[in-house]
Amino acid sequence: MATFAYASLTEKSWYYLHRLICGAVLLFLIAPILVIIPLSFNSAPFFTYPMPGLSLRWYHEFFLTDSWQRALYNSIFVAVLVTLLSTVLGTLAALGLSRPNFPWRAAVMSLLISPMIVPVVITAVAVYFFYANIGLLNSYTGLILAHTMGATPFVVIAVTATLMGFDHSLSRAAAGLGAPPITVFFKVILPLILPGMVSGALFAFLASFDEVVIALFVASPEQRTLPMVMFSGLREQYSPTIIAAASVLMLFSILVLTTIELLRRRSERLRGIT
Amino acid sequence: MATVAVQVAGGSDGIPLRLKLQRVEHRRTLGAFTLVLPVVLFVLIAFVWPIGRMMFNAIHDDTLLTLMPRTTSALSAWDGKDLPNEGAYAALVEDLKQSWAQKTTGVIAKRINYELPGAGGQLTFSARKVSTVSAGSYKAALIEVNPLWGQHDIWSVLKRGHSAYTGYYLLRSIDYQYGAEGQIVASPPQNAIFRDVFLRTFGISLGVTAATLLLGFPVAYLLATLPARTSNLLMIMVVLPFWTSALVRTAAWGVLLQDHGVINDVLIGLHIISRPAELIFNRVGTVVAMTHIQLPFTLLPIYSVMKTISPSYVRAARSLGAGPFYAFWKVYFPQTLPGVAAGCLLTFILCLGYYITPALVGGPADQMVSYFVAHYTNEDLNWGMASALGAILLAATLLLYYVYNKLVGVDRLKMG
Amino acid sequence: MTIYSRVAGALAVTGLMASALIEPALAGDQLTIVSWGAVYQQVLHKYVFEPFTRTTGIKVTEAVYSGEIAKLRAMVESKTVSWDVVDAGSNAWMMCDQGLLETIDWKKLGLDRAKFGDAGRFDCGVPGQFNSTIVYYDKKLPTSPKTIADVFDTKKIPGKRGLWKNPYPNLEWALIADGVPIKDVYKVLSTPEGVDRAFKRLDTIKNDVIWWTAGAQSKQLLADGQVVMTASWTSKEADKQFGTMWDAAQSGAPSYWTIPKGSPHLEEAYKFLAFAGSPQPQADLTREMPYGPANKDAMALVDPEVLPTLPNTPEHDAVALHMDQPFWIENGDELRQRFTAWLAK
Repeated sequence: MATFAYASLTEKSWYYLHRLICGAVLLFLIAPILVIIPLSFNSAPFFTYPMPGLSLRWYHEFFLTDSWQRALYNSIFVAVLVTLLSTVLGTLAALGLSRPNFPWRAAVMSLLISPMIVPVVITAVAVYFFYANIGLLNSYTGLILAHTMGATPFVVIAVTATLMGFDHSLSRAAAGLGAPPITVFFKVILPLILPGMVSGALFAFLASFDEVVIALFVASPEQRTLPMVMFSGLREQYSPTIIAAASVLMLFSILVLTTIELLRRRSERLRGIT
Repeated sequence: MATVAVQVAGGSDGIPLRLKLQRVEHRRTLGAFTLVLPVVLFVLIAFVWPIGRMMFNAIHDDTLLTLMPRTTSALSAWDGKDLPNEGAYAALVEDLKQSWAQKTTGVIAKRINYELPGAGGQLTFSARKVSTVSAGSYKAALIEVNPLWGQHDIWSVLKRGHSAYTGYYLLRSIDYQYGAEGQIVASPPQNAIFRDVFLRTFGISLGVTAATLLLGFPVAYLLATLPARTSNLLMIMVVLPFWTSALVRTAAWGVLLQDHGVINDVLIGLHIISRPAELIFNRVGTVVAMTHIQLPFTLLPIYSVMKTISPSYVRAARSLGAGPFYAFWKVYFPQTLPGVAAGCLLTFILCLGYYITPALVGGPADQMVSYFVAHYTNEDLNWGMASALGAILLAATLLLYYVYNKLVGVDRLKMG
Repeated sequence: MTIYSRVAGALAVTGLMASALIEPALAGDQLTIVSWGAVYQQVLHKYVFEPFTRTTGIKVTEAVYSGEIAKLRAMVESKTVSWDVVDAGSNAWMMCDQGLLETIDWKKLGLDRAKFGDAGRFDCGVPGQFNSTIVYYDKKLPTSPKTIADVFDTKKIPGKRGLWKNPYPNLEWALIADGVPIKDVYKVLSTPEGVDRAFKRLDTIKNDVIWWTAGAQSKQLLADGQVVMTASWTSKEADKQFGTMWDAAQSGAPSYWTIPKGSPHLEEAYKFLAFAGSPQPQADLTREMPYGPANKDAMALVDPEVLPTLPNTPEHDAVALHMDQPFWIENGDELRQRFTAWLAK
């Protein structure tokens, strides 16, 4: 939009229309969250306005109940390891797949994305029997591996997309100038595919953090995750604790992301000075 | 010229260039394979093998073969025309007695019920009474106990049970079944639901994918072109919904979309509508909630590809006299296609698997394949049916992926 | 160089952490008991699990499920049963029928089977609590529903109704609303004409029904005003907030304490079933949950103040629809298939 000053009227109106559309879409993304957060202070166990009274009992329950805290810890622990594993595995695969003339690319891609297609309930039962054979049931390792399987396709797809426009002559040039393959990767390829890796890693984290069906099958009470706690007890009554939990997590993520952004600005400024 | 130079250089160590290039090429391919190998092995061992065993249930069912061994083997000689002979009835009596003693009648009855609804109950009833049947004319006695045994179709089902393999589940998943003579016929209309369900699944997924693309593309473009300080803050809004569980988000849509919900209240307050619009527990609610959950999945791959596009191409086009829209459409947009393809692929595939969200915000006519798979797996314990539906979904999706790849595939995109 | 070593280090740590976390084998004198979570399980914990551990010294590990019996089948088939006792609801009969549960030896248990009445006819478990499916309605309604026929009458009481996405008790209710006396319901429902009649009656309100799957949903729907009345399971919170209608309430389907086939702690599990079926813990539960004790001896121990809220009082019993479990085990498959297809149309 650098040419804005010289833009024609239509161009200007397109510009504003575009902003308007984006505002509406962002509102669509955020509105349900804005609407639901106040209900975490509801004194009654319903998700209904008007609220009969305000109360902190759900936050109390989230922070002071052992099962919630343990589930939070489990979920974060599992999701972080799943993100690491699947990002490494998925990025490697994407790098290999995007080499020109990779044979049977479509077939290998189909194989890699099939864990996303098979209905998760079937996967859950199948994985149960598999783990029963090899003794991975009711273990963190089993849960992490099962989630990694589901999360890796996200990374493969996201990274492959950024590699699609990648000019392979860049890495050849670097290699020609004497850089060993690993240096080529970290200095040339990585910066270019980083946005894709970050998206993929985010998806992978979510694929584990929000997954409930496989966890229900392969995890023991020891490894109970947040979604497992959230989905339990639905037979009786919704519990606003699930909203309290979501609110806490969102607040936390806003803090983390803002801190990162502030740090980035600071380093930008510092670099700007030197 | 360049080739000549290389040839000279290649020739210096006595190995022909062609061979050298081949070797390099070979090493490259090998290197690419090595990179992909860990994931492929992982998926093969931890996914394909277990899933294969599970999905085998779609065609393999030895319930009748193992639990009614005498009857199924006696029937292998039956020509399938009239009722079977006395020997088959005698075998049936033995099998029923044994199943009653070993408490396996329930399992047999359930299996029979799939193909002949209601016959399982009559079989259980017969098994309970069978101890009173004494030697002599088993045939007459059994028909006396329950008229079921005088009917042709039950014997047809039992005869098919002689094989451990059955096409029943796959047929049923596309609204066919075996007729009384063992021929393939269309399912009766009150049971023929699955073709609709598959069409609905692909239809909803396609609709949601299109919606997320329409909504996500402009935002991705905005985020990719804004200066980092603004775009990073807006990005927080995009990823924020990720932190709320799917359960919380569907609850939120309940609060917004219900008859006395926020949206209806506002619309009525503004006198746009006079009575609440039905926005939830139908297709509208399903699509809106799914679009909301899937939007970041379409948006982020597009955004990450847009981040890698150098602005100099569009600038070059503009300086060469292209109008803004022409430059966008002919120069910028084609470069975003890998992201569009990836985002749409992700969303479409994820949509196919939805069942918790439609169950909570949709109506009974909005349930997709995965809902039935979950129902058959977890509530009905009919794993044959669940596997058959899952296998058809997988096959259809991979076929679609293949076609999609041919249309907007990897190699096409390069030429963009 | 530093970056590679860092990555390698991170990977090594990851591997170590993962392998260190593989769980040690479960120890002997303990029991894994699975129930439905939330408030109900907290109450169980207080009045059943803790007193059981105090009396017997057997430690209880609690697990939660949401009725995923596929997991139980997978456990039994792969001989890796890690659930010793399962709190089963309406799914108990199917699990028993499919051979997933131990057949209970009542002599070994030391409980009098007759004390459980009809509920004790079940072979694979000890009855726990009765929890009826009743109709809750909005207290602000001008005409409140008095009979199950009112639920099916959208002229008399307009508005949406919430019903459980399950053939029972909806088929029975449809027949009762259509004029079939409660005692004849199952006789009529076992004829093809009776089934057609029930579906025909359901057809008349199909567009006015919101089908729920989880109990929490039903109460939320009513609290939201999305429905004017809903079938639901009794709960304290709902009793306070909504009107209750007990006509043709579906009872006779208690929860059962069951033992999965192949449980490695069979002896301890029997001890638990004997304890959970005894009068005192069954009566104690009613202090915080409006569920009726299945053991008839427990009724005498119930606080008279909570008695009227229980599903199995004589007044409620007189108008109740007693679920015929054997009928459903014999015809459930057929009716469920038809119901599923009917809904999807």
